[in-house]
Amino acid sequence: MNDSFLLDGEDIPFTPGQTVMQAAAAAGKYIPHLCWHPDFAAHGSCKLCTVKIGGRFATSCTVRAAAGQEVENRTEELDAKRRTLLQLLFVEGNHFCPSCEKSGDCALQATAYEMGMLTPHFDHFYPDRPVDASHPDVLLDFNRCILCELCVRASRDVDGKNVFALAGRGTRSHLVVNSDTGRLADTDFAATDRAAAVCPVGVILKKRVGFAVPIGLRTYDRKPISAGMGADDKAGAGIGEAG
Amino acid sequence: MRIETTNGAGGAPRKLKVATVSLAGCFGCHMSFLDIDERLLPLLELVEFDRSPITDIKHCGPCDIGLIEGGVCNAENVHVLREFRANCKVLIALGACAVNGGLPAQRNHLELADILQEVYRTGHGLAEGSRIPDDPELPLPLNQVHPVHEVVRIDYFLPGCPPSGDAIWTFLTQLIEGKDPSLGHGLLHYD
Repeated sequence: MNDSFLLDGEDIPFTPGQTVMQAAAAAGKYIPHLCWHPDFAAHGSCKLCTVKIGGRFATSCTVRAAAGQEVENRTEELDAKRRTLLQLLFVEGNHFCPSCEKSGDCALQATAYEMGMLTPHFDHFYPDRPVDASHPDVLLDFNRCILCELCVRASRDVDGKNVFALAGRGTRSHLVVNSDTGRLADTDFAATDRAAAVCPVGVILKKRVGFAVPIGLRTYDRKPISAGMGADDKAGAGIGEAG
Repeated sequence: MRIETTNGAGGAPRKLKVATVSLAGCFGCHMSFLDIDERLLPLLELVEFDRSPITDIKHCGPCDIGLIEGGVCNAENVHVLREFRANCKVLIALGACAVNGGLPAQRNHLELADILQEVYRTGHGLAEGSRIPDDPELPLPLNQVHPVHEVVRIDYFLPGCPPSGDAIWTFLTQLIEGKDPSLGHGLLHYD
């Protein structure tokens, strides 16, 4: 039960069955990620958590920890690749932080700060993605979706409602709402659903509370996303199963 | 690209020439620049301003540092940006609009003709006979607003809406000292 591996030269204990990400999170070590959440099965799609294990690239949220692994995480090489992935996400959507209620609480923004992203670098897509304000309690702003599928997983696996899904392929992939009209108001979605609180960016927003905590006093205003894993991240580490 | 702060080998320190401009911006980044407050005085020991709203000089001459606020929304912006690139050794995108288009780019998913029609012809509260301005002196708007790096090469980016006075001060002093500027937690902001 006292197996361990090396993460950037530091001994990390793990219990059999844990992924590299789960063990690192349990030890309070930050591996950048967007689609991983301790309470849900690993998805392995955002690739931000890519590390090098024994010199080979691997997504740490899907690889099981094994004794003696040598894992590189926060190297300039890997962070540069993460920065590029983030830049791709920023130009594919419309991430206009100054107008976003989630600014300061946004995992995409905080991760980009952590990686030192100063510019989106690539040419912007500026896609046309109308918002869905039909639901009385929740706004959907698709401009900011990063296709992490956390809402899909939460709605399906926790709420048992299947309100969300991804449709389309490649650059046309997009979040859709499961109702005849495609509107959120025509589903049984509720503001108390787990899916309403799981979005790491500013797509699923509860109405009338957007600025209850003022800009400047928010989660990542107070500390960078790497400053110890959040209580949220630690809570379930070790419970979820690798996908 | 680093800044050369002496006149050749072993030369005496010289003042760096700095030019600033606001393209499709709101001058908020320039206001934030003034928020370095009394630190403007030590800065003026190190730099002198060429084209800038501070000097009202109309064209940019050869400069060490160019600060560009705002994205590119019309033909004049493109000309001015190219003039800065041709004259500035180091060109910096200052603020959200220069970095990613910012607020003006929020029109980018709309057709330009539809916007002009609604604003000047069909919108609410317009005067009788209101029409789309067509004075030849007006620069033609571009179909979309672009960040400056989509038009010319940019050496450094300083995001923020606006970047705080402290961020601008930290960035500029590091650059003038010949370092690669880096902003830590609390100074790097996109909002």
